[in-house]
Amino acid sequence: MTHHTLPMPITEAQVRALRIGDTVTLENLVFGIRDATQIHMFDHGRRTTFDLRGHAVIHTAPNLRKVERSGTNHSGYEAVCVGTTTSDRMERFTRPLMEREGVRIIIGKGGLREGSLEAFRDIGGVYLAVVGGAAALETTWIEAVEDVDLDDLNPESLYKFRVRGFGPLLVAMDSHGGSLYETVNAEAARRRQAVLEKLGAA
Amino acid sequence: MTLMTKPGVEPLRVEPDAIEEAAKLLYIRACKILPDDIKAGFARLDASETDGTARTILATMIENIGVAERMDNLLCQDTGIPIFNVLVGRNVQVDGWALKAAIARGTARATREHPLRSSVVHPITRRNEHTSCGERVPVINIDFTDVERELRIEMIPKGSGSENGSFLQMLIPADGVAAVKRFVVDRVIQAGGKVCPPTIVGVGIGGTSDLCMHLAKIAATRPLGSRCADAEGAKLEAELSEAVNSLGIGPQGLGGDSTAFAVHVETAATHITMNPVAVNIQCHSARRASATFTPDGVAIGF
Repeated sequence: MTHHTLPMPITEAQVRALRIGDTVTLENLVFGIRDATQIHMFDHGRRTTFDLRGHAVIHTAPNLRKVERSGTNHSGYEAVCVGTTTSDRMERFTRPLMEREGVRIIIGKGGLREGSLEAFRDIGGVYLAVVGGAAALETTWIEAVEDVDLDDLNPESLYKFRVRGFGPLLVAMDSHGGSLYETVNAEAARRRQAVLEKLGAA
Repeated sequence: MTLMTKPGVEPLRVEPDAIEEAAKLLYIRACKILPDDIKAGFARLDASETDGTARTILATMIENIGVAERMDNLLCQDTGIPIFNVLVGRNVQVDGWALKAAIARGTARATREHPLRSSVVHPITRRNEHTSCGERVPVINIDFTDVERELRIEMIPKGSGSENGSFLQMLIPADGVAAVKRFVVDRVIQAGGKVCPPTIVGVGIGGTSDLCMHLAKIAATRPLGSRCADAEGAKLEAELSEAVNSLGIGPQGLGGDSTAFAVHVETAATHITMNPVAVNIQCHSARRASATFTPDGVAIGF
C-alpha cells in the first residue's frame, strides 16, 4: 500500500509500478471523457486534436459556466461542478483508448470488466477509483477547464482539465491482473447462498 | 348543472408563477443540500462500518456533503432526470395544465440560470436541448391527499448511475415470496458498485408491470426511517436490509458492510396469476427537496 504522486503524463514503467490497494494523486492534467465522446471517437471515426499519450482520462460530464476565453483558458468554460460517472457503460472503449490514443490511466467509479483488465495487462494501464457522488470535493481539485475538443457533444465533450492534488485515488485495477471489484464480486457470490438460506429463499 | 364549489371555505389558489419559482428553487436546492435523514443514515453507517477502505470512502462522502454546503455547490455532477411529485390536498384550486408548464419552465430556468448540466436528451437522436426538459420530461407524478388546503411539490433529481440499476420481473404465483427475495439479492449483487452504494434499494411488489416499477421508485426515494405501510412489506424491509448488507459489496462496490442504507418496500394489490417484483435503486446522493403551499405561504424542506 504505497502512495504515489504522479505528474502527468507518465510512462509504461510508471504505470506498471502501481498495484491494487495503492493510492495515487495526479498533478498537471486530466482529460474528461464520456459515453458520447467515445462513441463518436471510436464508432463514428472522429479524431481529437489532443495528445492523450501517457495521460489519464476521467469518466465525466461536467457542469460548466460559459466565460470569455483568456490567457491559458482556451475552452471558454469554467468548472461549476466536476464529478465522476459510472464506468461500466464505457467498458468496450478501454482498449481502443489505450491502443489508438495511448491513454495510461482511466479514472472512474464502479469499476470496469475483464476486457479492460486484459488491456491494462497487455498494454500497461490502471483504473483509479474516485469516490462517486463526491463531486463538490472533486471540483476543488480542478484549477481550470483549459481546453475543449469535440464540443458539439457538450456536455459530453473532451475536456482538458488543469488539476492540482487530484486525489487520493485508489488503484482498483492494475496491470498485473489485480482487480478489487473482482475480489468483492467473488466474495458476494460466495456469501449469496448463506444470505438466501437465512431469508428462507435458497 | 351543480356548481362544483364547496360553499363557505375559500380554496387555496396557487398561481403558476409561484410554481415556476418553486420548481427552479427546488431543482437547485435538491442538487446542493442532502436531506437530514440521509445525513443521519451516513452517521449510522460510519459508526458501524468495520472495513478500513469502506470507512475511508464513507468519510470522503461525508466530507463532500460539507464541501457542497460551504461552497454552495452541487453534491454530485449528475443533475439527473428531474422528477416532480405533485400532491394536491383538499380544497385546492390549481390549473393543472398551467402547473405542468410552470414546472417545466422552472426546470429550464434552473438549468440555464444556475447553470446546471442538462442531462436530458432525445432517446433516439440523443440531441440535448440544454433545458433539462424534453418530451414527457420533467417526469411529473400527480396524486391527491386528504390534507386541507395544501399543495406539496417534491423534487427528485434522479441520477443515472443508480437509475440504470432498475429491474422488473413478472414472477408467477408458484414462484412465491422466496423468488421475490432472491430477485432483490441477485439484482443488488448484479448492480455492485455501479449504482454508487451505499444505496436505498427500492422494491416494488405487486400491481401491474408499470405500477410495480413505480412502487420501486417510490420506495427508493422516500425518507430513511420511513416504513412500508403494509405490515408484510415492512417485515420484508427489515429482512432484506440485513440480507443485502451481508453481501460485502460495501461503499462504491469496493468491499465493506455498508452496501445499503436500507431496503424499502412498497406494495400494491395484484392479479391472481401475477407476482411482479421490481427494483429501483437510489444512490448515496439521495437528493430531495420540497415546497409546501398553504394559506400561510410556502415552506421549503425535504
